[in-house]
Amino acid sequence: MGVDEGLKSELQKQGVYVTTWDQLVNWGRSNSIWPLQFGLACCAIEMIATAASRYDIARFGSEIFRASPRQADLMIVAGTVTKKMAPQVVRLYNQMAEPKYVISMGACATSGGPFHTGYNVLKGIDRYIPVDVYIPGCPPTPQGLLEGLMRLQERIKSRSMGQEVGAKQAAYPVPAFGASGLEPRYTPGVFQPRKPW
Amino acid sequence: MSDLYFQHYLFIGVLTAVAVAFGVAPLILARFIAPRRPAPSKQAPYECGIESAGDPWVQFRVQYYLYALLFVIFDVEVVFIYPWALVWKGLGPVVLAEMALFLAILGVALAYAWKKGVLEWE
Repeated sequence: MGVDEGLKSELQKQGVYVTTWDQLVNWGRSNSIWPLQFGLACCAIEMIATAASRYDIARFGSEIFRASPRQADLMIVAGTVTKKMAPQVVRLYNQMAEPKYVISMGACATSGGPFHTGYNVLKGIDRYIPVDVYIPGCPPTPQGLLEGLMRLQERIKSRSMGQEVGAKQAAYPVPAFGASGLEPRYTPGVFQPRKPW
Repeated sequence: MSDLYFQHYLFIGVLTAVAVAFGVAPLILARFIAPRRPAPSKQAPYECGIESAGDPWVQFRVQYYLYALLFVIFDVEVVFIYPWALVWKGLGPVVLAEMALFLAILGVALAYAWKKGVLEWE
């Protein structure tokens, strides 16, 4: 920003590294993403495999799955979000520390997946909370989750912490059970329903 | 000699100061640089996502406490008796008498509790 890119690379050749405060903070934040420890369905098994020794999510600094949302930066929505579970997921998201990120892992969390036409499954967690990275697959492989994590790291590095906090609301409305499923059906401003054909 | 003695305490003092600073410094730092956006559902107590229900100041009957105390007495008694039972034969009559005394003291305590009516559930 302040320093010319050419000058920066010239200085680097001499062993002098120039950076900004935001870049330094983002470097730290993107390499110490602590996920919230919860799994909803079979995607969670792949998430566990990712955390275990073979795929080793610790290489990316994300091995510390926190049992409390107060200490977590990242919510990996791993699996089918039933309508019964959705209010709890949104409430947990609200209770996480700022700035916070969401990975929607697999077809179910993204769109309801194979249960899209079912009566009891939420058709995508992005109806209630803003999702940063969607990972396709049913379930995604551990490599897929790691790819999603790397994309999230790129995303964290692309914006300063202040911009990130400002881009999201402090808390999102928690849906409640109404006469027919969850009320509201989606949070306006977060989700745009598809226009009819 | 005494210099060395106090020097060792100096190490403990330095260790304590560093340990306290190590714990307190991040808290103070976070106080100044952490983004803070309070909201009702964020401030709510963490109950695994469920809304908390009821009053946390639940009252328990005081009798549970007395029962727990008696349980601990006999729990500890068993912990002592097991290793004693393994070795007492080789150690002679004194050890047998010691355990008998120990059990007698506990027996008196039990008798006292019994007389006080702790064992009766009202």
